[in-house]
Amino acid sequence: MRKISMREAVNEALHIAFNSDSNVFTMGEDIAVYGGQLRCSYDLLDNFGPERVRDTPISEMAIVGAGVGASMIGKRPVVELSYIDFIGTSFDQILNQAAKMRYMYGGHVNMPLVIRTQCGAGLGNGAQHSQSLEAILAHIPGIRVVMPSNAYDAKGLLLHAIRDNNPVVFIEHKALYKVKCEVPEEPYEIEYTPDVKRTGKDLTIVTYSAMVNRSLEAAELLQKEHGIEVEVVDVRALEPLDMEPIIRSVKKTNCAVIVHEACEKGGFGGELIAQIQQHTFKSLKAPILRVAAPNVPVPFAVNLEMSYLPDKTKITKAVMTCLENKKANA
Amino acid sequence: MNKEKLLDLYRMMVQIREFENECIELAKSNATRAAVHTYIGEEAIAAGVCAHMSNQDYITSTHRGHGHCIAKGADLEKMFAELLGREGGYCKGKGGSMHIADLATGNLGANGIVGGGIPLAVGAALGIQLDNKKNFVVSFFGDGAANEGSFHEALNMASIWSLPVIFVCENNEYGISTHVSKSTNIQNIAIRAMSYGIKGVVVDGNNILEVYEETRKAVDDVVSGQGPVLLEMKTYRMSGHYFGDNQNYRTKDEVNQWKEKDPILRCEQILQKEYDLTEEDLLTIRKNIRTEVLAASEKAKLQPEPMIEDLTGDLFDQKFADIEWKSFVKAQGKG
Ligand SMILES: Cc1ncc(C[n+]2csc(CCOP(=O)(O)OP(=O)(O)O)c2C)c(N)n1
Ligand SMILES: [Mg+2]
Repeated sequence: MRKISMREAVNEALHIAFNSDSNVFTMGEDIAVYGGQLRCSYDLLDNFGPERVRDTPISEMAIVGAGVGASMIGKRPVVELSYIDFIGTSFDQILNQAAKMRYMYGGHVNMPLVIRTQCGAGLGNGAQHSQSLEAILAHIPGIRVVMPSNAYDAKGLLLHAIRDNNPVVFIEHKALYKVKCEVPEEPYEIEYTPDVKRTGKDLTIVTYSAMVNRSLEAAELLQKEHGIEVEVVDVRALEPLDMEPIIRSVKKTNCAVIVHEACEKGGFGGELIAQIQQHTFKSLKAPILRVAAPNVPVPFAVNLEMSYLPDKTKITKAVMTCLENKKANA
Repeated sequence: MNKEKLLDLYRMMVQIREFENECIELAKSNATRAAVHTYIGEEAIAAGVCAHMSNQDYITSTHRGHGHCIAKGADLEKMFAELLGREGGYCKGKGGSMHIADLATGNLGANGIVGGGIPLAVGAALGIQLDNKKNFVVSFFGDGAANEGSFHEALNMASIWSLPVIFVCENNEYGISTHVSKSTNIQNIAIRAMSYGIKGVVVDGNNILEVYEETRKAVDDVVSGQGPVLLEMKTYRMSGHYFGDNQNYRTKDEVNQWKEKDPILRCEQILQKEYDLTEEDLLTIRKNIRTEVLAASEKAKLQPEPMIEDLTGDLFDQKFADIEWKSFVKAQGKG
């Protein structure tokens, strides 16, 4: 099968969505002529015209807010925030408008809104363009949070999100855009459920977004060098959070390590750990560990940024520690 | 304007230009990371505005902030070191090109968030007013930023409190790829001042004499308590949005037309026509400045990277302020 990058997969999903439902449209900064700062919306303008592919002023509050309003009357906007860091300038529309409408108005409002954005560090974009803010969003009842880890998942999850009648923040990690994998040409959907990316019997890594690849690298290394079989579960959707596959895995391996790029404190790992221990307490043989960024903003200098990011080495170390604890408790 | 003054302004513009040229070289060789937004073509604004400022007058700056930083008197080696992510950089390598702050020269920082600095300028101006000082604040931002809510909220608040702040909108015709005519349905952003009850002035931002003179008037206004002023500097971003921008949204012709209005070129024409400088004089000045800039860059390159142990430092200050609490007895009978 052909291999395409996550950028191409997102672009393809957008083309499919535009072609399938005339209610779908997109707006954002520099997305039309320029093809987006995320470089995912190229060709859309040529194929679907300026009515449905709209460059906006630099006005994130209005971009998200107009998306909220349009979706309330039945349009299916896919708006783009060029960096997740800009939820700052649009947050009221996410927090108090998009997330609240359906519930607050007694279930009478549908909100088929997708906010596409990019997250993540590693490319020297500095403190205000590199954050991983998914936990802030996942904390708000009423908005979905989806984070693909590869091109195949991105295409299917994005189409699922666009067909969702609820607001979805769809977060693409910037380091994944160029990574290729096999992606079928035809439309398909992927549901909001975790995916086991590698099977193993010794330990479960629960992770998502760019850290899936880091975890797979660690798993590969552990297998080669120590014969350790790590299972890697990709959460994919933080809301709705389907714990079932994660619980099943941990019940099998009896221990778990959580890996995410966001800083540790208050990160989504805390939620995962709470739920895992609640449902697997009897089978757990070791404290659940977290591998995450330290609790500081993303630094600029290359050596600082690299040591900020969770990587194969840190993951491997956590896995070894966890397995030692497991052995001690066996 | 006397010759020495104009020459100072000229030197400043050239210094900024040469700094940016070197930044592009550094970006080409991947010595800098991610986007470097250069100020090429807009030098007259930073030079002409900051010439009126002391270290006790503050600026807030933008992602395109090298020019503001230099015009405020920053040390070039420390700037280069920051761009290269070195320990001796202005932010110890933690900030990068988009985030240089230099409190010593009154630079409250470049900002990666478009419009992020405008309210900060209002706060600094409020502080100055509360302290009864005669200083003032300049907030630099782009045409694109004038469509952020922060711009509107900041202008309104500065207006009602008559704060000593000059809002300098650098209208370089683009926000990344979007031409100002597509993002803004008015000819002059300066007219937005009217809706907040403050003065708004359109300035030829590529004419150093006009920038200097209009800023002088604005400074007089704001420090004499007449409230904020909005200066719209008409200019043009001669380089791409960042180094590496494909610029598919504009024509080469358009860029070339503006090159004829290059603020440095225009300043040179004035210096030659009205101040008897020869082409050779100017060339010597440019060469000397270029040598200085390159020397700063070379020195910065030799600096060490930050220590990894420093990764988690600088997040909080562990000290608390020296305040001695005094008791306060409320006047009787007043709830
Ligand atoms: C809040 C926010 N929105 C969007 C961006 C992405 N962005 C960076 S620079 C820029 C264009 C800014 O245009 P303008 O204000 O005119 O400044 P210029 O780049 O022309 O100097 C944009 C959209 C950002 N950094 N921050
Ligand atoms: Mg601009």
